[in-house]
Amino acid sequence: MSLISCENLSLGYDGHVIVRDLSFRVESGDYLCIVGENGSGKSTLMRTILGLQAPMAGRIEFGDGLLRTQIGYLPQQTQVQRDFPASVREIVLSGCQNRQGLRPFYTRKEKEIARGNMEKLGLLPLARRCYRELSGGQQQRVLLARALCATQRILLLDEPVSGLDPIVTAEMYDTVERLNREEGIAVVMISHDIDAAMRYASHILQIGSDLFFGTCAEYAESGPVLTAERRQA
Amino acid sequence: MSGVLEKLAQYLAFPFVRYALIVGVLIALCSALLGVTLVLKRFSFIGDGLSHVAFGAMAIASVLKLTDQMPLTLVLTILCAVLLLRTGQNAKIHGDAAVAMISVGALAIGYLLLNLFSTSGNLSGDVCSTLFGSTSILTLTKTQVVLSGVLSLIVVAVFVLFYDKIFSVTFDETFARATGTRAEACNLLIAVVIAVIIVLAMNLVGSLLISALVIFPALSAMRLFKSFLSVTVCSAVLSVCCAVLGILISILAGTPVGSTIVAADLVCFILCSLIGAIRGGA
Repeated sequence: MSLISCENLSLGYDGHVIVRDLSFRVESGDYLCIVGENGSGKSTLMRTILGLQAPMAGRIEFGDGLLRTQIGYLPQQTQVQRDFPASVREIVLSGCQNRQGLRPFYTRKEKEIARGNMEKLGLLPLARRCYRELSGGQQQRVLLARALCATQRILLLDEPVSGLDPIVTAEMYDTVERLNREEGIAVVMISHDIDAAMRYASHILQIGSDLFFGTCAEYAESGPVLTAERRQA
Repeated sequence: MSGVLEKLAQYLAFPFVRYALIVGVLIALCSALLGVTLVLKRFSFIGDGLSHVAFGAMAIASVLKLTDQMPLTLVLTILCAVLLLRTGQNAKIHGDAAVAMISVGALAIGYLLLNLFSTSGNLSGDVCSTLFGSTSILTLTKTQVVLSGVLSLIVVAVFVLFYDKIFSVTFDETFARATGTRAEACNLLIAVVIAVIIVLAMNLVGSLLISALVIFPALSAMRLFKSFLSVTVCSAVLSVCCAVLGILISILAGTPVGSTIVAADLVCFILCSLIGAIRGGA
């Protein structure tokens, strides 16, 4: 059973359809990159998978015991967060919210999970630091640690490297690859960087005027538009 | 100095002064707790709008000649809070414009109603005390004190029990919703609690000055502290200190209670900004 399977999805909002007839699957341990032009509906697809908006047609199914609320989501940063007074520890811990239900306060076990994920991403020395004083790369690692608290199975990353410099970008890609390889966490990532996508991902999903879903090898052979542009370049 | 203390002791012997202090501290505590969330969620303007709504509701209550105006005011303000939150999220008129519209509307209608139907001989005095809370804190009845106390305790309890969720929804609503936190319910809770605080605070500082009570302590605390918990605690402590100081000064110097408290909050904010700037620069 696939972790996520989408069948004949149509996406959009306010009655406008952006994407029609989208079908794809994410298996356990996959690394899927979603590519496509600006405005092609990449973020909308992610929001739909997360249940933040309803699909206009089609179905999304979660399998293998995965619940929709157990997806580790790394959204794009908002303006509010940039000057938010919160410590790294507080933010990472808030990823355990989906375990909490209506019970108040975090348990010792949840605090241990948060600590473990901070350790995994090298954030322990920063635990008491203020989020707004961190560099862009450190902030992304904090949000990644929070996403890990929410899941053990699958991460959804919305342009995790946007605004980062090349060195930090490479570090971020390496971290995500490590989580994918060593912990077997499936990764679904929206990316602008087709080269990085081909290098790290196992599958590619292209949306927009041309739809494509398949492995990287298949994409290199017969992928539409974006690869053609790349061949010319 | 001993003269001042003596005078204070003399005033504190009156039950209405003690009531004022108790209610003042509770209201300051509640408003500061929620203020942090309000400021960070960019909801400050909703607090401001609701305070005007509360004035309009109070006017309606007094036109209807209700002996206790608080229940009706409370209900109407909560309704408006829910309404504002709904329109702010998905209507054609956007958040800030909707708030501005409702708040000036309520202010105008309130004043109009008072003018048309009031039987009071001192209309401008009534309006002034509703807007600036001049003396109402010193004329609280025992029932009002008990009601204020109970409501404040409920607000504090709700805040503590939902603290983790409030943090999560304030920091990142999208993530919170994606991981199954019912963000709409949480926002609704915040709005209702704010409405309660505003109606409570009308007695203390009057409807025009409530925003100060909500916003100043949070902003001051943010100049000094860097984690959500420390900001929240510091904001509550600063707010209570300023409220006590303000009430005592107003008793001793005979100044209006509400504006004295707000002035104390303002001074506190300036001090905190200075300390923050010096520490940040060093």
